[in-house]
Formats: sequence, structure tokens, C-alpha cells
Amino acid sequence: MNILVCIKQVPDTTEIKINPETNTLMREGVPSIVNTFDSYALELGVRLKEEHGGKVTVMSMGPEQAKAALKECLSVGADEAYLLSDRAFGGSDTLATSFILANFAKHLENEEGKFDLILCGKQAIDGDTGQVGPEMAEHLGIAQVTYATDIKAEGDKTLVKRENDQGYDWIEVLSPAVITVTKSDFEPRYATLKSKIAANKAEIHVLNSKSINIDVEKCGLKGSPTKVKKSYTPKKENNGIIIKEETASASVQTLMRLIADKKVI
Amino acid sequence: MSANIKNKNVWVFIETEYGKEKKVGFELLKPGREIADAVNQDLVAIVFGKDVKNVATKAIAYGADKVILVDNPIFERYSTDAVTDTLMDLINKYNPDTILIGATINGRDFGPRVACRLKTGLTADCTSISYNEETGNVKWTRPAFGGNLMADIECPNNRPQMGTVRPGVYKLPLLKEDKKGEIIEEECNISESNIRTKIIETIKEVTENINLEEAEIIVSGGRGLGKAENFSYIRDLAKVLGGAVGSSRAAVDSGWIPHAHQVGQTGKTVAPKVYIACGISGAIQHLAGMSGSDTIIAINKDKNAPIFEVAHYGIVGDLFEVIPEFIKEIEKYKNS
Amino acid sequence: MEITNEMRDLGDLIEKYFKNEVDPVVAEYDARGEYPEKVYNDLIEMGLNLLAVPTEHDGLMVDHKTETYIAEILGRHDCGIASAIGVNNSACSTMNFFGNDEQKKDFFGILTSGKLAGFCLTEPNAGSDSASVKTTAKLDGDEYVLNGTKCFITNGGIAGVYIVIASTDLSKGTKGLSVFYVEGNREGLIIGKHEDKMGIRLSNTTQIIFEDCRIPKDHLIGQEGKGFVYAMKTLGTSRNFVGGMAVGLAQRAIDECVKYAKSRVQFGKPIAYKQGIQFMLADMQTQTAAARELAYHAADLIDKNEDYEIYVSMSKLFASDVAMKVTTDGVQIFGGYGYMKEYPMEKMMRDAKILQIYEGTNQIQRVVISNIMLSK
Repeated sequence: MNILVCIKQVPDTTEIKINPETNTLMREGVPSIVNTFDSYALELGVRLKEEHGGKVTVMSMGPEQAKAALKECLSVGADEAYLLSDRAFGGSDTLATSFILANFAKHLENEEGKFDLILCGKQAIDGDTGQVGPEMAEHLGIAQVTYATDIKAEGDKTLVKRENDQGYDWIEVLSPAVITVTKSDFEPRYATLKSKIAANKAEIHVLNSKSINIDVEKCGLKGSPTKVKKSYTPKKENNGIIIKEETASASVQTLMRLIADKKVI
Repeated sequence: MSANIKNKNVWVFIETEYGKEKKVGFELLKPGREIADAVNQDLVAIVFGKDVKNVATKAIAYGADKVILVDNPIFERYSTDAVTDTLMDLINKYNPDTILIGATINGRDFGPRVACRLKTGLTADCTSISYNEETGNVKWTRPAFGGNLMADIECPNNRPQMGTVRPGVYKLPLLKEDKKGEIIEEECNISESNIRTKIIETIKEVTENINLEEAEIIVSGGRGLGKAENFSYIRDLAKVLGGAVGSSRAAVDSGWIPHAHQVGQTGKTVAPKVYIACGISGAIQHLAGMSGSDTIIAINKDKNAPIFEVAHYGIVGDLFEVIPEFIKEIEKYKNS
Repeated sequence: MEITNEMRDLGDLIEKYFKNEVDPVVAEYDARGEYPEKVYNDLIEMGLNLLAVPTEHDGLMVDHKTETYIAEILGRHDCGIASAIGVNNSACSTMNFFGNDEQKKDFFGILTSGKLAGFCLTEPNAGSDSASVKTTAKLDGDEYVLNGTKCFITNGGIAGVYIVIASTDLSKGTKGLSVFYVEGNREGLIIGKHEDKMGIRLSNTTQIIFEDCRIPKDHLIGQEGKGFVYAMKTLGTSRNFVGGMAVGLAQRAIDECVKYAKSRVQFGKPIAYKQGIQFMLADMQTQTAAARELAYHAADLIDKNEDYEIYVSMSKLFASDVAMKVTTDGVQIFGGYGYMKEYPMEKMMRDAKILQIYEGTNQIQRVVISNIMLSK
């Protein structure tokens, strides 16, 4: 199977802190990681390769530092890595980003052969939009399945376990398809010391806008229909009431008094 | 979209499944109404489903001026192609100015696909929407960086302007049974062969019949429960409150409860009226999934647990003692 | 001591695994006195048993600075698991120094197939006094026959292969000792009692009994009679792992104490405000920092093959004494809570003790150090 996995390097949002003086995000010193859901997508892709043979290519649109994320992917089973890096790509919203990724995916098929599946995480933990996957599928004119927790390939059929409110569905989708992955049934594997050493030595192919003569008007801020007018940190109200009486019974009674007053229940 | 055709009206997509509406669709009629009134245009509900005429009628009672109804068995369950292609047909025919979609699993599936086909802007998971008098655009406000940053976004040069909104962000509008409105019935021109996905099997994991994302009260259990059997405490408390059962990731990873109950960054995002977190420490990833709740009550024996930083009310104590007392007091209160 | 990016990459991977998979279960396994089989399997999968295996035998052969860095990370999380790896590496060292090509292929092949190695020297009557080893190896045609009892063997029962020191001539004392390698599944290699230890309880420590255990003649490493020399040469480098481990343990204890001191309020303020506590913390950190530099310097000398024996002994001696003092002080800082199993400090103190005893007691280290000094 020939699989492309799109990944994004993101700040570890659990480590992000707000500067109390300027009320802005403090991004320095926050470790960068492979987007959580992309890790799940890669794990599914690698498992499919291990079961059916084939190759897993990873691709990321980002600055030079994103190479570290791509190397991390190589250390857990990806075979080939591409970085798409160009000033012109900066400031892209989801439409522009998906346009860029879709065009490079088409281009990469010249190197890597036609992709059976394109996998990505359901959303990036910094942007949180979840739009790039479906928009990529639309640009490419292929089918999509979102919220996948598992993928099976049976002959020429691709079966996707898709989460929903009440449980899940098994969905059969025509290949090629874009599949976006949520927390999957399989935890991303740990690298081995050997694969880490090999990944560090491996070459990351770097491509830019000139590599494929992409229409730069459709990239970056110019290619983004949504515009951010303002960004700010939300005010945190910290007025919680902590109850700790002698007995559980007393604590609960205090709580009941407070919430009955406010008609909470 | 052609610049000559003037886009008009505010559309709200009402998602249905098995003939029943997802509540969030009706919730969005509230902000939809506000924007429609601000620009003096119509609020139009879009209803796709099988045997959903009643949903269309209810949409009008909740404030829609018109409903475009596509009633067809193809929509009994969701598929990307059926919804995307049909909605595109309608958009091309009617040229709406603004489209609101509930940020459900399916809304987040077709919303971006439609936006991309239209080469327009979609703002996801908005926590508030308003009409900006100055710019003439809708202002979409949404969180990023796991909720650590808010952004105000507009789509000035492309129409329709689109946004998705999570369930629970807006409360239901007032129900006006006697409100009048027009129901326009449209056809679905998609055939089965155009649909590239097929549901082979459906598995229900949630044994209780309450949808976590629509529940008004959620009682959640975490690592502090110690073992799977102790979810009985959570279930008992949820039962007496008429609420749904949620869980932290730790409990799901330990195999104590299915993933469908998980609240948090890699689970569901909920915003109920009341969220009661029992034996949950409050890791950032969990908070990302429930910090939008109206009232948060936490029960934890560790007074330093991060959950107490977001809880409106917190009891520091042993949940195995507190929950039975809580149930007792609620029953007393209900009977009084 | 410079930590290179390569070292950091490997270290981060190991740290991530231990933080997510080991820390949450350490207390439970320590209480049961059981080694965590899944963790051991994962670490072998990760390649942690191949740090001292040459690359031509599919190993990782990291330099000693990197090995010490990894030892420190392991020591930070659990000295039992760290000991398992340390002993494994000791056995590999013996093979690296003295094995021939065939033997290396055979021995390292067992490790790369997914097993740990063990090191059988100690006997009930032969601890510091290795000359008193009574396990015999009698040549019988094409085979050696081993008879005797080894005790306190780390990785006993789970290792795939053991380095075994046995006597081929009891009348010659230390000069009669020889070194062999014995596969774990050899008939006549019997796993005896499983030791119930004070600390490092996540390592598996057993007696190993050789009862007419037959091994091929070519399993003799090097020459007969050279066993003691080979063993000492091996320990002369491998005991630096203990130095690294001890530094990790001490640092972990200090970090826990700093956290605790900042949050424990007595007399209206966190105890971190009390000079008595501050002075203890300062001393603990100073000693640990010094131990760290000594351990890494010793590692550096080994890598450069420059007169390292005295430094390795000093590093093991100093770091283990520091770890014992730091963890004892750690329990003191935690006060009553330090004594309770619910808090992590008492385990660290129990774990620290062995570092002063195994791989050559600290008394033996002093003998080694002074011997080198006085021989000049």
C-alpha cells in the first residue's frame, strides 16, 4: 500500500502559559511535538504497511524547525519525509493550507507513485479547526472519511472505523481517499534507539513553491478567505468555592445550600 | 461565487439522523436570528433527512422564516457526498450570504468540504457569532491553542461566509408554536452510485441513551475511581440527576468505560449546564473538553488537583463518601 | 559535561517511555517485589539491552559518556530496571574484551534475539572474596561440566545467557578461575530461590544452581586461569554505570524534596523558607553535582582509554555514598510522610543502599583506589 501521511509540528499546548504582564502567549521554551492526532494517523499508516507491505511517506508544511517533527516520524515507521517550506506559505488559513498540501501530494505521486490513502490527524491541537483534511480531499476530488479510529484494507476495499456519538460505524470507502484520524484504537509506538539514530541521519527532502510552480496567489495570506481581525487571551475567572468540612455529609450539605441558592440543579 | 449575484439570507443547517434532529441545529437558530435581523434578511433552516417534516415545522417554531426541506431516504444516515452535493445544489440555486452549521462529527465533515468547493472561508468551533456593523461581515470568535487563545475572524471577500458552532454554546431559542413560515420542498439529485462511502456495520457502545454532547448534566469519573466497578457511583449520581455519564481519558485507557464516554482533547467536547467531575485531577487535556460548562463541580481528595482551578464549586473529600451523601441530599431536595 | 544532540535524542525517548509507562506502576511492582515483564520487553524492543553490543553484531555500541547519561536517566526513574541494564552491559563488556569472533556472534545473537544477559560471579561464600569461588568447571572431552551455586544474580531466571566465573583448578585460588558463557536454557542450569530484597525490587534476583551443566568446550572465554583478571577488567569499566545510576537517583530525590519543601506548610509557611531545609538541599545538590562530574569524567577517560580504573572506582564509591546520604536526607525532609510508602521517598532510600554494596563494595573500592595510588 502506498500511503501519504500529512503531519504538522505544533507547540505542546499542554505546556503553553500566558505571560501575566502582557497577557500574551509565551511560546518560547514550549517544546514542539508532532501533532497528537497526526501521530495516531501515522501509527495506523505504519500498521497498514506492516500488514500489507508498501511505503509510508510523511509530508509537512512548515518552517525549518519542522524537520525535527519529520525525523520523529521517520523514527516510528515512516520511510520518506518531505518538508514543504516557503515564505509564501506563511499566514495560510485552512483553504490555502489544504490547497498547498493537495498540490504537493499530486506532485509527490510522480516520485512515490499513486497514493492509496492520504492520512492526517482530525485536527491540529493549536489550530483546532479540523478543516484541512476534508478540504484536501475536496481539492483532490477524492472521497473522505473523518474521525477514524481504525483502518482495514481488505483486497481493494478500504474499511474505516468511524466514531460517532453512540459508538462507531464501519465504513467502506473507495480508494484513493483522505482519512482523518482521531484517538485511534492503537497508541503510537515508541521509537527504538536504533531507529532514532537512523532517523537523525536520514535526509529530509525540502520543497518550496518553485518546486511545483504553485500559484502563490492561492497561498499564504493572499489565498486565505478568512482573516484574523484580533487575537487575545481569554480572561480566566478564578472564583471557585472550595468546600472542606469535617465530614463528607457536612461538605455535601454546604454544597447543596450553595447550588440550591443558585438553582444549579 | 459570482460577484454579480447578491448573496442573501442566513442559513442554518439542521442535521438529522434516523429521522430525529440534532439539538445543535435548533440552538443555532438563535444567533442566526440575531444576524438575520441585523441585516434585515430571512433566517432559513436547511433540513435534510428521512421523514423529517416535523423537524421542519419545529424549525419554524424556533424562529426560522423559511425551511428548505429535502426529505429522502438517502439521508437517514449521514454520508459526505449526499449532504455535500445536495447542499451545493441548493447553495448554487439560492445563493445564501451566511451559513451556520453545528460542529458535530458530521458538521465538521461536510462543512469544510462545502467551503472548499465554494472557495470560501469557514470558521470552526465558534464560541460566539455577531454581526459587525462596521465591516458588514459576520464576526466569528473561536478558541485556539487548546483554549489558551481567542481569535476574532471575518471573511470579507468571499460569500457565503460560513461557520460551525459546537453544541451547547447557544441555548435553544424560545419555542413559538404559532409562528408562521414557509416550507420549501426540494429534491435530492444524488444517486447511490455518486456516494463514495457505504456504512457496512453500526455498533452502539454507549449503553445509556443520552448523547453526551447534548446532555444538560454530565457526571464524569476519572482515575480516582480505582476500578471499573466503581463507575456505579457515577452512574447512580447521573441517574438521580437525569444526566449523562462521562469519563476522563485515564478511565478509558484503563478499560473501565468505552471511549464514547471520554471527555477531553482526544474525546468529546461538552458544554452542559452542570458538569460534575469525580476523582478527576483536571489535566489540561480534560479541561479542554469541558471548561465551557456553565457550572463545574469537582470532587477530589487532593486539594491541589488542577480541576479545582476551574471548578465553580469543589469538595475536597473522598468521592466514595461524598457521592452517596450527594445522592441522599438530592433525593431529599427532590422530595421536598 | 557536554550533552550532544544525539545523546539528548536517545535520552528524551527513554525519558518519555519511563515517564508514561514506568512511573505510574513503580510503586505497585515495588510493593509486590516483582519485575515488570511488559516494561522489560518494551525496553528490549527499544534496544536498551544493546547499548554495549558492537554495531557489527547489530548492536548500538554507544560510548561511555552516552551510557552514563542513559544510566542517569534510568536511575532517576527506577534503580531496579537500571541495575538490570547495568548488569547486562557488564556481561557484554566481558565478551567485548575477551571473546573471540565466534563467541561474540553467538552471545550477541542471543541478545539481539530479544534477551538480557546476566553475570554470575557471587557465591554464598564468595562475595568480596572472589578467590573463594567454588563453582567448578571440569573439562570432559568436548565439554565443560559446571557444578556449583551462584547467588544474588541480577536478571536470574530471565536472562538468555550468562557470563559465569567458575574454577577450572581449585588448588590455584584466583589463578584457577576461568570465564564461560552459558545459555539460560542449558540443561543443568537451574534457577533457585527468588530473593526478596530491601530495594531495587523491580529487578529479578535469584540463585542459580549448576548441576552437571554441560557446555561446549568453545564456551570458554579466553584462557583458563585468567578468569579473575578478566572479571576485574570488566568491572573496571562497567561499574561506572552505577555511578551514573546513583547520580540519577540522588537528583530525583532532590527534585522531589524541592517540590515538597515548596508545598509543605508548617508554622504558617512552606518549609522551603527554613534555613535548616535550605542548607540540607544545598549540600545535597552540591554533592550530587560533584558526583555527576566525576562519573562523566570517568566515562570520558574510558572512551579515551586513558588510565581510567581509579576514576571509575572513585566515581562508583562517591556517587553511591552521595545517593545514600541524599536519599536519607530526603526522607528526613519529607518527615513523617517520608517514612510512608504512599510517598516516593522511602523507596529511594531503600534502593540507594545496594549501590554501596554491589559491583564491588565501597570498602573494596577503597582498596582498589589506594592500591592504585600506592603502586605508583
